[in-house]
Amino acid sequence: MVDFSIEVYSYIRVTDNVVFLITSTTIATWIIMGVLIAFGIVVRIQSRQWDPVKKPTRLQNIMEMCVETFEKFFRSSASEKLDYLAPWFFTLFAFLLFSNISGVFGIRNPTADWGVTFPLAVTSFILIQFVGFRYHPKSHLKGFIEPNFLFLPLNIMGELAKPISLSFRLFGNILGGFILMSLLYGLAPFVVRLIFPVALHLYFDIAAGALQAFIFTVLSLTFVGLAAGD
Amino acid sequence: MHHPLAFVIFGAQIAAAIALLNGFLVTLGQGKVAAAAVEGVARQPEARGAITTTMFIGCGLAETTAVYGLVIAFILLFANPLINNNIDNLMRFVGY
Repeated sequence: MVDFSIEVYSYIRVTDNVVFLITSTTIATWIIMGVLIAFGIVVRIQSRQWDPVKKPTRLQNIMEMCVETFEKFFRSSASEKLDYLAPWFFTLFAFLLFSNISGVFGIRNPTADWGVTFPLAVTSFILIQFVGFRYHPKSHLKGFIEPNFLFLPLNIMGELAKPISLSFRLFGNILGGFILMSLLYGLAPFVVRLIFPVALHLYFDIAAGALQAFIFTVLSLTFVGLAAGD
Repeated sequence: MHHPLAFVIFGAQIAAAIALLNGFLVTLGQGKVAAAAVEGVARQPEARGAITTTMFIGCGLAETTAVYGLVIAFILLFANPLINNNIDNLMRFVGY
């Protein structure tokens, strides 16, 4: 039988009602965190030897290209006063990219769990409100009663719909890809399983995964940039 | 006499299929997005990068409704609140 559900490996009981589950999502998230943190530490140690005057090393070239591309891209949808948020969005993109691609290694994608995507979308929601209230407190509040006060519930619903649509878009896409892949591995005959999954992995995990990570980051960034105004 | 949950499962499967039908219109919408992007690139080849980025964002937004349908279909099939919320129970009633 093919099983798509999240496996629970262990749990930590805090009180009778609060139980932390150690699921496949948790393990995969820890692995991805470990990889990203280890990579960050390696780059940090290497960067001590980097000299702007000398010829750049290979890793330096790659890292500079990543950061420059992201900075250019960040500038296109947010102004300079939001620069302190750029590391957050870069981290978000790196985490989502790695967790969407992790299906290639046979892990159940962490983003195929609504418990991962919804908190990420809620952080975007909090950022939107924070930035809106910080830079334009009056016009942000006034935006809720545009065009008149009868639209207040509608505008509040519109704001609350943002994290839900963000999280469901990512979750549904990745879960759909994961279910198709596990159906293929579970039900297809052995000959089909030899070469054929490569093309599907290429699409569902790498292409669609990178696209969805990109879209999640871009939409959060656009909402935050709009809330901050010019 | 059938099991009383049999009708619930029957309805859920048909409802899941209907929930996926919105893929028709979403595909039409995404086709429009891609067509407009191609027109834009043909008119202004130098703006290719910006148009591609915007097209991907537009496709992602247009896809949202299809993904909602997909999530609803998954919920109906694998996490149906009317059926004891357990895939093993469901599979047992289906006959596995």
